[in-house]
Amino acid sequence: MNKIEPSFRPGGKFAKLESVYDGMETFLFTPNTTSRLGAHIHDGNDLKRTMITVVVALLPALLFGMYNIGYQHYLAIGQAHTGWFTMFLFGLLAMLPIIVVSYGVGLGIEFISAQIHHKEIQEGFLVTGILIPLIVPINTPLWMTAVATAFAVIFAKEVFGGTGMNIFNVALITRAFLFFAYPSRMSGDEAFVKVDSAFGLGDGTLADTFTGATPLGQVATNVGDSLQMTDILGKPISCMDAFIGFIPGSPGETSMIAILIGAAILLLTGIASWRIMCSVFVGGLGMAALAHALPSATYPASMLDPMTQLCLGGFAFGAVFMATDPVTGARTNVGQYIYGLLIGVFAILIRVYNSGYPEGMMLAILLMNAFAPLIDHCVVSSNIKRRARRAAAKE
Amino acid sequence: MLSKKNKEAFFNPLSKDNPVLVQILGICSALAVTASLEPAIVMGISVIAVLAFSNVIISFLRKTVPTNIRIIVQLVVVAALVIIVQQILIAYNYDVSKKLSVFIGLIITNCILMGRLEAFAMHNSPWPSFLDGVGNGLGYTIVLLIVAFFRELLGSGSLFGFQVIPQWCYDHGYMDNGLMILPPMALITVGCIIWVHRARNKELQEN
Repeated sequence: MNKIEPSFRPGGKFAKLESVYDGMETFLFTPNTTSRLGAHIHDGNDLKRTMITVVVALLPALLFGMYNIGYQHYLAIGQAHTGWFTMFLFGLLAMLPIIVVSYGVGLGIEFISAQIHHKEIQEGFLVTGILIPLIVPINTPLWMTAVATAFAVIFAKEVFGGTGMNIFNVALITRAFLFFAYPSRMSGDEAFVKVDSAFGLGDGTLADTFTGATPLGQVATNVGDSLQMTDILGKPISCMDAFIGFIPGSPGETSMIAILIGAAILLLTGIASWRIMCSVFVGGLGMAALAHALPSATYPASMLDPMTQLCLGGFAFGAVFMATDPVTGARTNVGQYIYGLLIGVFAILIRVYNSGYPEGMMLAILLMNAFAPLIDHCVVSSNIKRRARRAAAKE
Repeated sequence: MLSKKNKEAFFNPLSKDNPVLVQILGICSALAVTASLEPAIVMGISVIAVLAFSNVIISFLRKTVPTNIRIIVQLVVVAALVIIVQQILIAYNYDVSKKLSVFIGLIITNCILMGRLEAFAMHNSPWPSFLDGVGNGLGYTIVLLIVAFFRELLGSGSLFGFQVIPQWCYDHGYMDNGLMILPPMALITVGCIIWVHRARNKELQEN
């Protein structure tokens, strides 16, 4: 690495690729330059380690997601007794292209952008790149994922100034872009269960009773006074199934257990804000309880009991991994409570009372992303006012 | 007839002083009518016509109108012209006029018009005012057409209503981008055009 360094410095053969070299060097080795003057925070916890911790926290959800894709697939083709390793392998093969595309496109744009501006390459995409495959339905065509990722990285991140400057969560913008641009591929029967084979693995014909709708999708189209969610073969499912995660859905969001393990890692290492995380759940629980207290057949989701409501769909995943994004969320302590509470309330509000959107978490977080700076501003200025009053009273 | 000043009045608004890209005027209608090319071009021609003739009329009146009621006089002139354009459209191109719905009527409130009347026609003689009106109208139309080109191509796979993206693309999984039809994408497209425009004209970049 050191041998080839000079050719990347200004004047060298590959001077144009300086940022790429820098990025690789700091990624592979600890930089041997440290600050010499002035007071600095002495903590080894830099952006890179923070990002890696979040990726580690995402692993349970990722691994379970892969297994679940395989499980749903073999269930759909009527071979539910296939070994768990085959199921996992199927899910791995199904998700691998999406992960490769997401990282390839996103990092490609980051590298080019850093090179144009002669800046260091930022690590921000490490997390976004793994979040995208987790929240995009498994059957989304790869080119759509590529277009959406490119759009999100350019228009939600680079134009605002790159890592740390974005207003909206980049992974959610990818999802929102797909949702609004290609609505027919983002919902309904064909989006969430992979029924064709992955690289030749898992051939088979569909069971007759197959229906690929997610529980929330079924809820949204439910007619009548009673509500019964079913799995993809038409057998009824309970809150427990949703808690463990054997339901159709985007890869990362189905298993509450896997998400809670991730949440524990994030909270123990102090990376995510527990204020945001808790208040999202409290807000969601409160709103779901309110909706459940006034059930109506017009809004079928109001018949779900609050706990089931939180276990279904992307609520938990959004609360743990998306709402707590330190860049786009609120930063003041009081602001974080308000921010999280409103995300929870809006997510359930959209879910229950807007039949156009069976899942409201994405829109709720994006909405509150836009309001986070305003919340912080109000908290700070009210704090200043209070202290000014206190100072005036003392004199 | 075509002195340097008149040439500037006509050519500057096309790029260097473009009403949409540089002065950021008339954005509302640029977002609303650009989902496909046909309404965009009709809208563009309507704005050129209204802008050119209202500029000329106001320029003739500029010495007789008392300053304190000039805005009302300008509005009356513009409104009269807009109604003429609207009636012509309803008579000869009913389908497009339905597509454009209120936006022809809303030319009255288009900031480009009031801007040009106030800034140019009130201080200049009719001929330069006419050139200025046509130039600004053209500048507006060019932007409208670029935006509509991309929105119709990517959003509906067609241009002027004719299918341009071949069927085999759709057979192989290509899909039209529904977001391009929605207004937010028009705003982003305008943003991209401004981006390219400023990148090419360095003197326009603010610090």
